[in-house]
Amino acid sequence: MHSRYEVVIGLEVHVQLTTKTKIFCGCSKDFGQEPNSQTCPVCLGLPGALPVLNKQVVEYAIKTGLATNHQIAPHSIFARKNYFYPDLPKGYQISQFELPICEHGWLNIETEAGGKKRIGITRIHMEEDAGKLTHGGASGSLVDLNRACTPLLEVVSEPDMRSADEAIAYLKQLHQIVMYLGVCDGNLEEGSFRCDANVSIRPKGQKELGTRAELKNLNSFRFIKQAIEYEVERQADLLDEGGKVVQETRLFDADTGMSRSMRSKEEAHDYRYFPDPDLVPLVVDEAWIERVRAELPELPEVKRQRYVEQLGLPEYDAGVLAAERAVAEYFEALVALHGQPKICSNWVMGEVLRALKESDGTIADCPLSPELLAGLLGRIADNTISNKIAKTVFEEIWRSGKSADQVIEEQGLKQVTDTGAIEAILDEIIAANLDQFAELKGGKDKLTGFFVGQVMKLSKGKANPGMVNQLIQKKISE
Amino acid sequence: MSFSQMSIRQLQQALRDGKTSSVELTRACLARIAATDERINAFVTVCAETALAAAAEADRKIAAGAVGPLTGIPIAVKDIFNTAGVRTSCGSRILENYIAPYDATAFAKLQEQGAILLGKLNMDEFAMGSSNENSAQGPVRNPWDLERVPGGSSGGSAAALAAGQAFATLGTDTGGSIRQPASFCGVVGVKPTYGRVSRYGVIAYASSLDQVGPLAQSVEDAALLLGAVAGYDPLDSTSVDCPVPDYLAGIDGGVKGMKIGLPREYFIAGLDPAVKQAVEAAIEVYRGLGAEIVEVSLPHTDYAVACYYLIATAEASSNLARYDGVRYGVRQQGEGGLSGMYEKTRAAGFGDEVKRRIMLGTYALSSGYYDAYYLKAQKVRTLIRADFLKAFKEVDLLLTPVAPTAAFKLGEKTDDPLQMYLSDIFTIPVNLAGTCALSLPCGMDGQLPIGLQLIGQPFDEARILQAAKAYEAETDWHKQRAPLD
Amino acid sequence: MKLTREEVEHVARLSRLSLEAAEIDALTGQMDQLLGYVEKLNELDTDEIVPTAHAVPLENAFRADEIRPSLGLERALQNAPQTEASCFVVPKVIE
Repeated sequence: MHSRYEVVIGLEVHVQLTTKTKIFCGCSKDFGQEPNSQTCPVCLGLPGALPVLNKQVVEYAIKTGLATNHQIAPHSIFARKNYFYPDLPKGYQISQFELPICEHGWLNIETEAGGKKRIGITRIHMEEDAGKLTHGGASGSLVDLNRACTPLLEVVSEPDMRSADEAIAYLKQLHQIVMYLGVCDGNLEEGSFRCDANVSIRPKGQKELGTRAELKNLNSFRFIKQAIEYEVERQADLLDEGGKVVQETRLFDADTGMSRSMRSKEEAHDYRYFPDPDLVPLVVDEAWIERVRAELPELPEVKRQRYVEQLGLPEYDAGVLAAERAVAEYFEALVALHGQPKICSNWVMGEVLRALKESDGTIADCPLSPELLAGLLGRIADNTISNKIAKTVFEEIWRSGKSADQVIEEQGLKQVTDTGAIEAILDEIIAANLDQFAELKGGKDKLTGFFVGQVMKLSKGKANPGMVNQLIQKKISE
Repeated sequence: MSFSQMSIRQLQQALRDGKTSSVELTRACLARIAATDERINAFVTVCAETALAAAAEADRKIAAGAVGPLTGIPIAVKDIFNTAGVRTSCGSRILENYIAPYDATAFAKLQEQGAILLGKLNMDEFAMGSSNENSAQGPVRNPWDLERVPGGSSGGSAAALAAGQAFATLGTDTGGSIRQPASFCGVVGVKPTYGRVSRYGVIAYASSLDQVGPLAQSVEDAALLLGAVAGYDPLDSTSVDCPVPDYLAGIDGGVKGMKIGLPREYFIAGLDPAVKQAVEAAIEVYRGLGAEIVEVSLPHTDYAVACYYLIATAEASSNLARYDGVRYGVRQQGEGGLSGMYEKTRAAGFGDEVKRRIMLGTYALSSGYYDAYYLKAQKVRTLIRADFLKAFKEVDLLLTPVAPTAAFKLGEKTDDPLQMYLSDIFTIPVNLAGTCALSLPCGMDGQLPIGLQLIGQPFDEARILQAAKAYEAETDWHKQRAPLD
Repeated sequence: MKLTREEVEHVARLSRLSLEAAEIDALTGQMDQLLGYVEKLNELDTDEIVPTAHAVPLENAFRADEIRPSLGLERALQNAPQTEASCFVVPKVIE
């Protein structure tokens, strides 16, 4: 990194909303359908068609705004952004320009140094997406308008980030929040959460911002980081050589790790924004805002803190469990049934998430409900089975969906706590290993493990390990 | 029997009594179109077959006693209304083959109430014009004098009525496009309050000004038609959710005690003497009927045309961006890839007036000029609207001429856009203020009709219809017929 | 103010209209005349005036998030100048 320069990054994120229908018409926004089959006069931009705002989009915008500390505008309006492109049916995009629905927000990110840093968010506005233009057609480029008019939130940050890592931290947090709120499915590859990065550099100590480049086509967190780092190097090299950065849009190529300029022959855009006369002002009163606020879920940052402070979990556990809302809800349901947060955390992180990862599923696919898992933990707690046996039982519940009690009963896995029975097994083992037992008695303590292991083996794991230990000590002192 | 002088209510009665049939009425209209439209050019599409089939169906319903207020009545609509399965070309080359895949709400309402669609009516391209000379399908001629224009942009809607080709028509009015042709052709035309009638499916010219309205042979027919198309539409965000009164219920209430305002800015030099005389005579009729006449002022009237041409063209420049030759419309291929296709398609598809307004509107919105033009015009619009609201604190309605002159000659103003625009001076302020107004025949300049404009308070169409009916009952202007035969 | 031919050409490009030289000339004169005419609005002091977007006061028109039937592929494409694989076709776009 060129230490002479300071990096300045601002991010524009397009969040695709999980509504059932498009923002201005009743077409389904189901993807993967035959091209142009999910269209109507409104989203095709037919002569005479008029837009009507989907109320759910406003709800989602307010929700996202509140979750990211924005002020919700009591009065906002839609504007037309005029430009010609084949994927834009009306020749203008309905967006918000002056008077967006949310302004003056922020998020706190954790810096590498371990501190917190506030990243300002200028605004969030609602807008319609464009259709899809593909270039593989035999007779020309092909236009599919199924995606046209689907709802987006555009989240525009302040140029507050000073490194690719800060940018990623901000993005991950925003990503986590929109997923938590359920307003976005969060899929970067499929374009549900799209990020453009404005990157510039300036000599350290300089106040004015340098000329920025806008990076596009960044469809994973890894690419975003790569693209920003590449861009910073490119600009620094340019300046070092006495060159100048030109303001332009650059397209990132994941294969080469480089970006190229999208300089088009078209003259600079003049979007001619003006209030859309087909739509009416949006008025959001306090009551509406407060209702949405009351419906907000506990957000990941708050949850994390609560897990540490109230449940006594380590920071690491809290972070993992709170990262995804469904996982956190699963964990909390389990704690509500079983108590013992740390044990619950161990099982959710250790077994549940591992098994899900192996089966390539999400928590929604988990065959073990919190109730079933609590049943299993209950049998460990009351010494019916050992931790080790419990893992076998877990696998069986996972496979069959039966309760822990059923599995223990059917497979005879109940722990042996009968001292006489364990002692009989132990005696048998001592008899067969007299030399080792003598060494143990002589003070070679690490042989304890050998005897415990043998007893567990012969008892098929059902002996209570604590009791086995006690009995061995008793035999040594006899 | 002769139907041409009958009101829709009388026709309904005749249909119910079996004195005529919808098929007979439809045939009569089609015959009249065949006999006269080569000279008038009011229709751009005639739906003879589907009209007769619908009429036969209407007759079955009438026989079965299932009769709506418009069942079996042959009507026609301006070619700006989307009519599913029927060509909808909006006076433009770019849409000359366009078959609408859906219905405009206002048209759908007429059809649901049993009206028979005779066809689509000629108009200025994309409703831009005051003479109907800007049509890709050729100019419409005024049935009163074939050398003269019928007015615009709903020229076909007014001329068809004057020529006896249909019993009622629908038009749209952005700056006078219903009232001025109604005035030039001697029929009644109503421009309702903005938001009163759905704009869904009506091809947009200037979205904040466009409004759908009826043209008819009498005030009563116009009231009936307005009742049929008015009302909230969930598909139009700007339609207003307030109840639609029965416009016929109080229509005979007279004007006794009504306070009628005469805006002094509308009685100016430049007003043709014949028009002035006719309007002054109308004022005396109202006085005689017991109305109180007072002078009022709308001080910003002189700014209305400038204000209108900035707002309307700015909105139009954006509304017409969708005609790009991608999803519909006549495409022109050529050099230059995508932008070449766009530029040639639009250059070949639009006529001169449309291009002029797109250019002016694009300029008014372009970077660096927005505040000076578009925003400024929106602020002046506030002042113009305030003038009306203030006047309506003093009076119930306003009375003015519709246009400074009777119908002018074809070609007379085509070389001077500004002069053409200025001829809309008395109608434009009403659209800017968003309120309602109507035009009704009030005299003749030689053999050319003259129109009287009554302007009402927002959503008070009932009162201007009532006032118009009182005048109509007292005079015979509306009974005059164009000397076509 | 005097509108230049270059400005008119720029606006024509923004509007995606390919205009003949004679059309540009005519429009330059006409637009200049019209812009000269609308200058009269500057006689009015509007500093304190709120702009009017709609003459009738309106707010909050919504639809519920409920699916309505789409037009159907056939009707969606019926007016298209050129189609391929259920898509509208445009001259090849190079990015």
